[in-house]
Amino acid sequence: MFTIIRDLARQNMEFLCGLLLFAVIVGLVILSYFSPYGATDIYLLPPDMPPDGEYWLGTTSRGQDVFWQLTIGLRNTLYFGIGVAFLSRIISLVVGLVAGYAGGAVDRVLMAINDSVMVIPQFPLLILFYFVLKDNMTWVALIVIMASLGWSYDARLIRSVALGLKSRPFTTQSVYSGMTMRKILVEEHLPYVLPIVFATTMNNMIWSIGMEITLSVLGFTDIETPTMGMMIYWANAHSALISGIWWWVAAPVAVIVILFLALFLLSMSMNEYNDPRSRLNRMGN
Amino acid sequence: MTPYLIFVLKRFGQFLLVVFLGVTITFFVTHLTPIDPVEESIGAITQMGQSDPNAIELMRQSLRELYGMQGSIWEQYLHFWLRLATGDLGPSLSAFPTPVSTIILRSLPWTIGLMTVSTLITFVLGNAIGALAGYYRKDMVLKAVSLVFIAMLPIPYYILAFVLLIVFGFIWPVLPINGGYEMNANLDLSFALVLDILKHSILPALSLILVGAGSWLIGMRALVSNIITDDYVVFAELGGVPKGKILRSYIARNAMVPQFTGLAMSLGAIFNGTVITEIVFGYPGIGNLLIEAVHAGDYSLVLGLSALSIVGVAAAVFIIDVLSPLIDPRIKVE
Repeated sequence: MFTIIRDLARQNMEFLCGLLLFAVIVGLVILSYFSPYGATDIYLLPPDMPPDGEYWLGTTSRGQDVFWQLTIGLRNTLYFGIGVAFLSRIISLVVGLVAGYAGGAVDRVLMAINDSVMVIPQFPLLILFYFVLKDNMTWVALIVIMASLGWSYDARLIRSVALGLKSRPFTTQSVYSGMTMRKILVEEHLPYVLPIVFATTMNNMIWSIGMEITLSVLGFTDIETPTMGMMIYWANAHSALISGIWWWVAAPVAVIVILFLALFLLSMSMNEYNDPRSRLNRMGN
Repeated sequence: MTPYLIFVLKRFGQFLLVVFLGVTITFFVTHLTPIDPVEESIGAITQMGQSDPNAIELMRQSLRELYGMQGSIWEQYLHFWLRLATGDLGPSLSAFPTPVSTIILRSLPWTIGLMTVSTLITFVLGNAIGALAGYYRKDMVLKAVSLVFIAMLPIPYYILAFVLLIVFGFIWPVLPINGGYEMNANLDLSFALVLDILKHSILPALSLILVGAGSWLIGMRALVSNIITDDYVVFAELGGVPKGKILRSYIARNAMVPQFTGLAMSLGAIFNGTVITEIVFGYPGIGNLLIEAVHAGDYSLVLGLSALSIVGVAAAVFIIDVLSPLIDPRIKVE
């Protein structure tokens, strides 16, 4: 694992850039634990102060320090993305591996469900969930809902690899030596699909965080928990741009762009690493 | 039966399954919750002063009937399907007694128009640049253009739309930033109106195109750079076939095929994009309608819109899936 990262960082500019940008994000998240203010504290500081030595990124109209608010919001947003990615990875691994290995009717049923989830429009459905849950729309609920919408594409990808693994001699050998299906999938097949799982994790985080930001900006999530989207929501609610408090909007937008660029670069370079043809291409240059 | 017919039937089964699952989810999500639309409407009415208990009970009865909420949840479920099949989605709560279907039909052309045109432009633009960038790998202009599109890919949609809004609405105010037409426009069909509608659609469409083109570009570029090492392309190059002809007839045609299949996959995502676009730019389509319905607590309208979007996307995917073997002989239909 460590050698792979070292090799990637040496050979692949995109990976290195992504890693550095991600380090900035992680640094901000770690800083959030040293925040002098509580996550939901408001009207503690003089409002609408422009960035200066005391308030590095200024303060909001709600009397919050933009910098510390940013770190806490970023932490929640990142944890949200990781939560969704983790849960949906489990679903996609189980569905993909089982469908690929079992084949036949099991495969057909699982893939029929898979394809249905793939085309169902997610955004209207998420709004529907909010419409119904309203105040019960907690972060845990949103994570579970997003995770159950975001596994299908990657399950197909994993299935296609599992199909290939099934016809390899080592699988036959495992079957003849009496391993159970669960054991074959976990001990024999899982290591082969893990690199793909890592690459799709980044994509899944991009998708889920993007969705969360959009829902939050529109006010369709739990508005008490500070996240990146919530920061923009409150800035909009106070018409920050019109009243010239640009730092309130600019700070989260800048951090969001950094976060997404980091995830995107990491996922792109990992995809390339997983594809032997493009890896050879790069080495040849 | 011909293999193609079997393939179409299988895909049709898939289409029915998607609709069944989607509508079932929509139904049960809205029915297994503490919110009772009838009690909510009663609450709204009693607040306005009506307080005779007999009248309220009568109202409760008729509202239950209107919303199709009598009997057990299974009866309601069956009833919901029957109404959906006949296109009757009940009356809207916020614009009572206008039927939900009438309200949706008023907004639908806007969404379909914006969606079709911007999807087609996105598809053509992304694939054209992708094919060129994959073939002329050393060209700096193409590299720069691809980089710009790819860099926009990971940015959340809302943020990008917001930036467009600031740039063209405030910094360089040349385009209308809100609505589908001028507020006091005369809605008779005229050249001026068409021009006005087009002008209002530029920013929403542009934002959809900027977001969408990058992924087509990446896919097409990868496909083309795989194909250029194939023997028949190398052979054509050695034989002195003009470069433009190689790109058009030898490479792009083969690379386009999987892209058409991808078009079906992207339709679901396009719908997500349109909802957000319409909210940001105040475009009078069904995305905006959905948000208004959520804010107004219009239960039947939200239910109708969700069911419609699922059926619509599933149907679009079905049509493209069925057409793709006609475009691509390599897709096996058996």
